[in-house]
Amino acid sequence: MDFALNDIQQMLKDSAGKFIHNDYDFETRQKYSHSELGYSEDNWQLFAELGWLALPFAEEFGGLDGNATDLMVLMTELGKGLIVEPYLSTVVLAGNAIQRGGTAEQKEALIGGIVGGELKLAFAGLEAQSATDISSINTQASTAGSGLVLNGKKQVVLHAQSADKLVVAARSHNNNGNIALYLVDANAEGVAAHHYPTNDGARASDLTFTNVAAELLGDSDDAAAVIQAVLNDAIVAVSAEAVGVMDKMLAATVEYTKVRKQFDVPISTFQILQHNMVDMFMECEQARSMLYYAAITIGGGNSEEQVAEANKASQFLKWKVGQAARLVGQTAVQLHGGMGVTDELDVGHMFKRLTMINTLFGSMDIHLDNLVKQRQAA
Amino acid sequence: MNINFSEQELAFQQEVQTFFREKLPESVQAHIDNGLSFSAEVTVAYQKALYNKGWAGINWPVEHGGTGWTPTQKYIFQTESAKAKAPRQIPFGYSMVAPIIYTFGNEEQKQRFLPDILASNTWWCQGYSEPNAGSDLAGLKTRAVRDGDHYIVNGTKTWTTLGHHADWIFCLVRTSDEGSKQKGISFLLIDMTSPGVSVKPIITLDGRREVNEVAFQDVKVPVENLVGEEGRGWTYAKVLLTHERTNIAGVAVSKQRLSALYDLLNQPPAGCPDLKNNSVFMSRVVQVEMELKALEFTDLRVLSSVSTGTAPGPESSILKIKGTEIQQALDELYVEIAGIYALPFVPEQYDEAGYEPRIEPFFAPNAAPHYYNNRKVTIYGGSNEIQKNIIAKQVLGL
Ligand SMILES: Cc1cc2nc3c(=O)[nH]c(=O)nc-3n(C[C@H](O)[C@H](O)[C@H](O)COP(=O)(O)OP(=O)(O)OC[C@H]3O[C@@H](n4cnc5c(N)ncnc54)[C@H](O)[C@@H]3O)c2cc1C
Repeated sequence: MDFALNDIQQMLKDSAGKFIHNDYDFETRQKYSHSELGYSEDNWQLFAELGWLALPFAEEFGGLDGNATDLMVLMTELGKGLIVEPYLSTVVLAGNAIQRGGTAEQKEALIGGIVGGELKLAFAGLEAQSATDISSINTQASTAGSGLVLNGKKQVVLHAQSADKLVVAARSHNNNGNIALYLVDANAEGVAAHHYPTNDGARASDLTFTNVAAELLGDSDDAAAVIQAVLNDAIVAVSAEAVGVMDKMLAATVEYTKVRKQFDVPISTFQILQHNMVDMFMECEQARSMLYYAAITIGGGNSEEQVAEANKASQFLKWKVGQAARLVGQTAVQLHGGMGVTDELDVGHMFKRLTMINTLFGSMDIHLDNLVKQRQAA
Repeated sequence: MNINFSEQELAFQQEVQTFFREKLPESVQAHIDNGLSFSAEVTVAYQKALYNKGWAGINWPVEHGGTGWTPTQKYIFQTESAKAKAPRQIPFGYSMVAPIIYTFGNEEQKQRFLPDILASNTWWCQGYSEPNAGSDLAGLKTRAVRDGDHYIVNGTKTWTTLGHHADWIFCLVRTSDEGSKQKGISFLLIDMTSPGVSVKPIITLDGRREVNEVAFQDVKVPVENLVGEEGRGWTYAKVLLTHERTNIAGVAVSKQRLSALYDLLNQPPAGCPDLKNNSVFMSRVVQVEMELKALEFTDLRVLSSVSTGTAPGPESSILKIKGTEIQQALDELYVEIAGIYALPFVPEQYDEAGYEPRIEPFFAPNAAPHYYNNRKVTIYGGSNEIQKNIIAKQVLGL
């Protein structure tokens, strides 16, 4: 047993840590977030140079063959900067879906562009009402002449504004009720987009598809397993980000309470606040442990058992991180007093990001309820 | 023990319901459904409507134009007001500075300030906290130095809620360094238009301007604006803080928000996750419901002790802690029910000019900003940690 990082992971950690520390302070992040594009294209090219965009892809297409553990290491560091670049949507969600579900030709055609930083993607997987349940998807594919078209609506699609292509989950054109994945040009005729900022500093869009030309991703029109695997990776990615954010919030709170004086003493001398920070610390560690468990398990293998264990692990993780993030986020704000609720301080923005991470890919209530129901049915 | 309303009380309830039905525009009520704060104009219009009805001074003595209501009537009014989704009277004038003026002020001050507060002709804000005096309020440094018929005030107040709308600010200022920190503090009323007063916005996590930094540079304040005696400001303020704490539980408003939450669960708007069949979520909702019921009865116990002439004591501190915990628990439930639609940040959607295309469900994009902003309720008015210190000391004798 060994929880040490391997060489590649150490390199990822160091390079991402250095990048955030040197080039991604809070003011800079806010500037990117408020810019027209909502992130920095220069950074995106840097991500490509550093190999981060290649992480989950197979070597034969120019990737690094990384697994969930590698992704975890990178995202924990990037989380500390509250990055606004579309990494999650391009690489972890849509790119990953192509890697896992695409045909050899599709991978050949698309992955090189992603790795090189030329191609950005968004993943229109779940719909607003579905939370975690892909069976409630309503977007419909159908045949039209020699091709395929999509009709339907996808809400709160992360980073669709900067995407060149979309990976869309829809009911199969074979009308068999399957959920399949389709590739669509983001600017194709029939795509109506409503872009808006999100309250954690990123961008998202509501998309309406009216007879939009589409291409089936992969050979099969049953993409349920691919989508689940992609969501598991995405849960690892955002949870790792959350762990990075929580580490930073804890450090910031410890630091702040040592400096902030009331009643002529640093407020860190009040025992209740010390215990509050110990609670934060314990939650950070428990969340990290669950993250290790989930990343190792999800990166495991493709046997039926391994897949079942991976699906369980992502639920455990999303719940634990949701819980930890709530405690750490709320306590950090509380201990900063009035400063904690200002737009000026990074702590508030970390709190926002943690809150939004809980709503992504199923909140802790949704995962816990699913787990309870699974146990009751067992 | 008995909690039934009498004939007269039922008649009063009818009258209150009629008032809200007739005087409260639907556009105003919609604010509550969307977790929005009311604009200054809407608030003043509402306060004036209350004034015209003779209901502005809910807690004031009758001699100053107060309602003279019994605790039960106040309870009825608050419950109906929340049900009707009415704005809240801005507390700074009505329930913070006015009690100080009618209790400790002189005749001239009562004449000069109280009628305009009651009629909502003047807007007041509270100048207590400073950058380095938050929980330790007595550590405040804003200084007022006597110079003939004036005080010359220098210093900085912060977190001044709605100070950008205010005509007047009531301040705790330091007039002496002798003796204990508390002893050198005086209570001063300052005209916001005085030369040397500047107001700078502080933007909160919801992206809005609600609080301010108010700086005083050589501001001349006539000595007649001193309330009571020099050096007694701390004592006056403590009485006032007790008032603030009893009004902070917000039971009626939480009841309304809970019932609105059940409406959303029973008829989930398109795009919201189905949480009614989620037993984890539902168990959180029902727990809030039960905590709130207990708090309502704690509140009623305090109310009834007040009616027998006892001032709200330190045990009223539990109202603030429990009340704010419940408010924040409700905020979390609303974020949950907004689902993925908690993400869009479109504050313009709630402005007069609107935002197209609207994001539906309409309330959802404000659920998270409201939750973020409302973290304040466990921080201000004496943070919940400070409240517990008070209970430990004054109630448990620790
Ligand atoms: C939105 C908002 C509106 C406000 N409006 C007004 C207003 O209109 N007028 C006004 O005068 N003020 C206002 N305040 C200020 C408010 O009263 C202060 O924020 C509050 O007193 C806390 O002070 P602080 O922010 O300096 O935090 P600090 O006092 O620095 O406290 C930081 C943390 O330390 C804890 N702490 C401090 N001392 C102790 C102790 N002895 N034991 C245990 N824990 C302790 C606190 O509970 C808190 O968690 C407002 C604040 C906010 C956030």
